Amino acid sequence: MDFRFTQEQMALRHEFEDFFATEAKNAPETWVGGLESDYNTEEGYAYHRSVAQKLAQKGWLSLPWPREHGGRELGPVEQVIFNEVCFYYRVPGFNFQGLMILVPSLLEYGSEEMKAKWLPPIARAEVDWCQGWSEPNAGSDLASLTTRAVEDGDSYVINGQKIWTTGAQHATHIFLMARTDPNAPKHQGITYFLSEIDRPGITVSPLLMMDGSHVFNEVFFDNVRIPKDYVVGEVNKGWYVSMAGANFERSGSGTVSGSRRDLEDLVQFCRLTQRNGRLLSQDPIIRHKLADLAVGLDAGRQLAYYCAWMQAKNTLAIAEPSASKYFSTELMVRLANTGVEVMGLYGTLKKGSKWAALKGKFEAMCQFTLGLTIAAGSTEIQKNLIAWMGLGLPRK
Amino acid sequence: MNLDLTEEQQMLKKSARDFFEKEHPKTLVRETEEDSKGYSPEVWRKMADLGWIGLVIPEEYDGTELAFLDMAVLLEEMGRACLTGPYFSTAVLCTPILLAAGSEDQKRELLPRISGGELIMALALTEPSATYEANGVATLAEPEKDGFVINGTKLFVHDAHIADYLICVARTRAWSSAEEGISLFLVDAKSLGTTITPLQTIADDKQNEVIFENVFVPASGLLGVLHEGWPVVKRVLEEAAVAKCAEMVGGAEWAVEATVAYAKERVQYGRPIGAFGALQHNLAEMFTEVNMAKRYMYYAAWLVSSGETRSMGVAAAKALTNDVYKRCTRNAVQFLGAIGTTRDHDIGLYYRRARQAALLFGDSDSCYERVAQEIGL
Repeated sequence: MDFRFTQEQMALRHEFEDFFATEAKNAPETWVGGLESDYNTEEGYAYHRSVAQKLAQKGWLSLPWPREHGGRELGPVEQVIFNEVCFYYRVPGFNFQGLMILVPSLLEYGSEEMKAKWLPPIARAEVDWCQGWSEPNAGSDLASLTTRAVEDGDSYVINGQKIWTTGAQHATHIFLMARTDPNAPKHQGITYFLSEIDRPGITVSPLLMMDGSHVFNEVFFDNVRIPKDYVVGEVNKGWYVSMAGANFERSGSGTVSGSRRDLEDLVQFCRLTQRNGRLLSQDPIIRHKLADLAVGLDAGRQLAYYCAWMQAKNTLAIAEPSASKYFSTELMVRLANTGVEVMGLYGTLKKGSKWAALKGKFEAMCQFTLGLTIAAGSTEIQKNLIAWMGLGLPRK
Repeated sequence: MNLDLTEEQQMLKKSARDFFEKEHPKTLVRETEEDSKGYSPEVWRKMADLGWIGLVIPEEYDGTELAFLDMAVLLEEMGRACLTGPYFSTAVLCTPILLAAGSEDQKRELLPRISGGELIMALALTEPSATYEANGVATLAEPEKDGFVINGTKLFVHDAHIADYLICVARTRAWSSAEEGISLFLVDAKSLGTTITPLQTIADDKQNEVIFENVFVPASGLLGVLHEGWPVVKRVLEEAAVAKCAEMVGGAEWAVEATVAYAKERVQYGRPIGAFGALQHNLAEMFTEVNMAKRYMYYAAWLVSSGETRSMGVAAAKALTNDVYKRCTRNAVQFLGAIGTTRDHDIGLYYRRARQAALLFGDSDSCYERVAQEIGL
């Protein structure tokens, strides 16, 4: 057993750190970092696009891809290193939905023609993808989705509605699952489609979060024609095509490092802030609370490394990534709420106020993080998966 | 990065699992818990033959010369087996002290006999002050012609009642700071003036009160440099914390496996109780926690083994493992129902050990405080 990174991995980490530390300095004044709502101002989105183009020039959007598609065939461990650094410095530019969820499915199931058509614009950062999976009546039970795709000549005609579509307001493209065979068992009648977001019949409309920020959207499909060669994998096998991207999405690898940064900020706040005649950092209860979070973050990090390690060895693991996903996201909710608590009355001040501390990050975070324990399989679904797949417990 | 056990570690783990299942069944655990010695000399001898007692002792002293990380793997199986006896005291606590501080003569005399299973050692460190910090050491060793005279009371001393030698941590100089002026002494457990009285504990793990009343130790009994014993102890306490985590993880893993197995076979309302969602989620949490503790324990063991910066890893591992082992065993009893609360079921062995182990070499509160310091608070 050796927990050290290889020299190549360390060199890579330093290279990433140099880049992201520099880019972090270019963040606009309003950029908090680590919040989806960051992308929502004009300058925030422009920042994302500018970093994305630099990442593309360095070839860093396609690091794990096969060489024939311009990648460097780096493994899951290297990807975690990238994510850690990127999240730690709170720098955007990485279209996670496209790169982490769509690309694995495309690489595994897409035809050569499809790869040649769709991968290069992703690597060049010319596109931003959003994910059309959830529907109003298909959340945790995603396979019960009812958006219909009906064959018509050289196309499929899509009708239905997607929801909780993060970033659709900015996206150029959407990947989605729709039902092609309503008579088949639910997992076996689904097909995986790609589409430009501006195809006739697609309407994106905002769904505001409780703090008023625009993260989610509804996406309506009204007789949208999608060419047959936009289908990834076989018709009616879309559920299985989607699984290629699901494992990584679940393991939450690297995201914990963004929380480590938040905790560092909180520690710093406590070292500088007096209350009732002493520094917050001298309060034993606060010390205990923050230490507890630190232990969880460090343990969560090791669990994420282990998931990446198993993926690197091509070991099929379901329970561990599920454990990692629910643990790390639950921890982020706890961190956000503990932060607000520890900061006291300052904790709820929104960014923009001259009195706001840490750019109002924790105020926003204790609302934003709520979605994390729901998206990509809720905490409860992850626990079901662990129970059924990991522990072999009966489903009924 | 390689997060798998080596082939040798996997073999060690498997042979330990097989050995303890055969030679150290739960019936033996119960017997040794109840008898005053607290261990099986026969199992002890066999463990010596397997090279496990001298696992980290160099070959030149008849040891197996493996690393701390390998020992963690073995300790995991010992925790799973609820191993009774002086392994931890002898191999995990005292052996590294001898290796670090012992003179060549002391090592030649003692280490081969430890490897061979002929010597049992105990560490007389803690006192009624009940802390692992240096400020808790009040026992005094004063120089006298050709040696030292020790006076003081040691408490919570595991295995002193069967030990051949005690390593006594004593103050040799009025301190300027708590960590200075502490020395280590090799004390024959039968020395005149040494009174050893067993304590009854939740885990039946054979702790003792050891009173030193004008106990004479010859100059040859000094271990290491006079006044400079604490750094040696401190280092061993770090290892001990992780070693204890390894035992605890092994025990917690058993508890989770036993609970899952029971949930599959116990039928109520016409189906196995493991089919009920509320219980599944509880089991999924136990799975998650025990796996996290296990991965983190290996990480901490690797830190200690490879001499990397250690504090955050060690204290965090102990805090995490304390909480996980206690929670897993408590939940296991809940799953098992009333039978789980009885002497008849094995879970009690683990439940009781969890509560004891969580206090040894770092309770959660002190570990979280150390982590707080590490993160800059």
